[in-house]
Amino acid sequence: MPESLLEVENLVTAFDTDAGQVTAVDGVSFTVEKGKTLGLVGESGCGKSVTALSIIRLLPQPMGKILGGRVLFGGRDLASVSEGEMHKVRGGQIGMIFQEPLTALNPVHRIGRQLSEVFLLHQDISKKEAWDRSIEILQKVGIPSPEIRVSEYPHQLSGGMRQRVVIAMALACKPSLVIADEPTTALDVTIQAQILELMKELQAEMGMSIIMITHDLGVIAETCDDVVVMYAGRVAEKGSVQDIFHRPSHLYTKGLLESIPRLENERKTRLQTIDGYVPGLLELPVGARFAPRSPHPNAAAYVESEAYRSERPGLIEIEPGHWVEDHPVVRVDQLPAKS
Amino acid sequence: MISDTEQASFSNGTSQPLLEIDGLKKYFPVKGGVFMKTRAQLKAVDDVSLSIQPGETLGLVGESGCGKSTLGKCVCRLYEPTAGHIRFRGDTISDLKGKALKPYRKDIQMIFQDPAESLNSRHSIGNILEEPLLIHGVREGRERRRKVASILDTVGLPADAVNRFPFEFSGGQRQRIGIARAISLNPQLVVCDEPVSALDVSVQSQILNLMMDLQKEFNLSYLFIAHDLAVVKHISDRIAIMYLGKIVEVGPAEDVFRNPLHAYTKALISAIPVPEPDAQRKHILLQGDVPSPIDPPPGCAFARRSWIPCSDEDLEKPGEFKEVSPGHWVEVHPATVENYQDYI
Repeated sequence: MPESLLEVENLVTAFDTDAGQVTAVDGVSFTVEKGKTLGLVGESGCGKSVTALSIIRLLPQPMGKILGGRVLFGGRDLASVSEGEMHKVRGGQIGMIFQEPLTALNPVHRIGRQLSEVFLLHQDISKKEAWDRSIEILQKVGIPSPEIRVSEYPHQLSGGMRQRVVIAMALACKPSLVIADEPTTALDVTIQAQILELMKELQAEMGMSIIMITHDLGVIAETCDDVVVMYAGRVAEKGSVQDIFHRPSHLYTKGLLESIPRLENERKTRLQTIDGYVPGLLELPVGARFAPRSPHPNAAAYVESEAYRSERPGLIEIEPGHWVEDHPVVRVDQLPAKS
Repeated sequence: MISDTEQASFSNGTSQPLLEIDGLKKYFPVKGGVFMKTRAQLKAVDDVSLSIQPGETLGLVGESGCGKSTLGKCVCRLYEPTAGHIRFRGDTISDLKGKALKPYRKDIQMIFQDPAESLNSRHSIGNILEEPLLIHGVREGRERRRKVASILDTVGLPADAVNRFPFEFSGGQRQRIGIARAISLNPQLVVCDEPVSALDVSVQSQILNLMMDLQKEFNLSYLFIAHDLAVVKHISDRIAIMYLGKIVEVGPAEDVFRNPLHAYTKALISAIPVPEPDAQRKHILLQGDVPSPIDPPPGCAFARRSWIPCSDEDLEKPGEFKEVSPGHWVEVHPATVENYQDYI
């Protein structure tokens, strides 16, 4: 029986905007298992990053707030612990890696000082010891001549090296969970391969769990054990990486997988597409949100119906551990056979 | 590196290429010190030769800073090349200036990466699309509006878009507007600089389909610049791989992917994350990062990062560009190709 490390239950996060309150995350639940990698995948605005920011309580203030749900981690509900306690969790038990390493690092402090700060904040050690540990961790993330790099400033490093420093900071206190929000999106493919490889090695060595947030299905397939597919603030489908890639059960997941150009495709053939566009957060219906873009013949009628505006579909477990939004117009197995 | 005689055989067919780039260089001076003297040259594009046939898509792939966007801007003559020639339909356009360039401007258009930034947010879509028509001599208002309506229809946007503003559209729709603007003057060549990399997957495929449709309909040629190899492979007839200002491999798209020869091309292809959990993955990991194009290392630029070992002596040697099969060229150097002996 796999042991769970983090359980997100029915998380609801909203933002106050000039146009009213928008619910960016609307009832999201998933479980991260110990030592495993969970992928959160979806397109811009689907709420994947807001979910991560909610877990570590770093929502933009004062607009963002958690309206409901629980984030169970180590026997506590992170959604309701005090700010002081949360401060200890962040960087201590939960490490974070952001997309753009240049904004995650302070440009006017040396690498070593920024790394030492993490150690000094979470551990009872001297400055000298913290500095030495900084060199150690830089070595661990594959930075050549770490004893020299430790006294340099972020701008002196290349993009790939900076991301290694950010990873070093995230891992400094041996966290049990690392949240990586698009960790390789700003990097070139060859550097991306290096960084993903590094994260896998470190995970094998240190045994932490990872939440990998990305829009890149290739990165998901390569790094994740479990996957949560999000659409317009909700979970469309979740399951093991095999479930999602080999037996996609939500029409959105299927559409996404079919629309990526693959190397083995015949050149210049038409790519599969998903019609229409992601809905804006202000115009979200209560019902199945993918319906207006669904190829299901009954989708149009459903969008016109009262149910679309008032009835929220739940998730159904179609095979052990594989859940999909339970509405006929978005389920792959409810699609009538082509005549 | 490539002589003029070789250039002739560089193109794919026998017909005259639409675009010929010959020994193109674009250096940017790096200034510094109290008197802002030029201290060094940033060699963004360093001796590049390529050609594009009418109706053909040439994919240009490389990592950030390799000079692919600079090359695209030189072709559009947004930059003035430092040296070398650009010929369009046989006419040399690389040394034309000002008014002399205008007749070519409408034939060579550009699509940019971020449609949010390349569209003027204070102009309506109607204004944005009418402006190029006005500049290039469609004087009558009614004629312009008729043309705009037909272009909007071609790129799949509603007719009422003319009165709306860029912010009212999603990223994918905005890219359609960018495409509409680029094709409104019936260009022959469109330089596309990362046209889909800012878009979501589901929208990306819509835009790629649109670009392929337009190419068929108007016999457009594309210089398609991108870092996503799977996208480039899908849309291109031929592919050029660029590294540190130089082309290291060029050939028919299938050839380059099925039979990559350059160590860098192989590393790039192996690094693509495959959307299949059971795929056999063997990443070729490159050492370190791309060196700076200011004072690039002597000899073969890639040798120091290559996974194919070579002697210190060889490091200083420049590579040699060779045609290994019809239309498939590669930089041959002990550190860039496996079984170097077979190539010499």
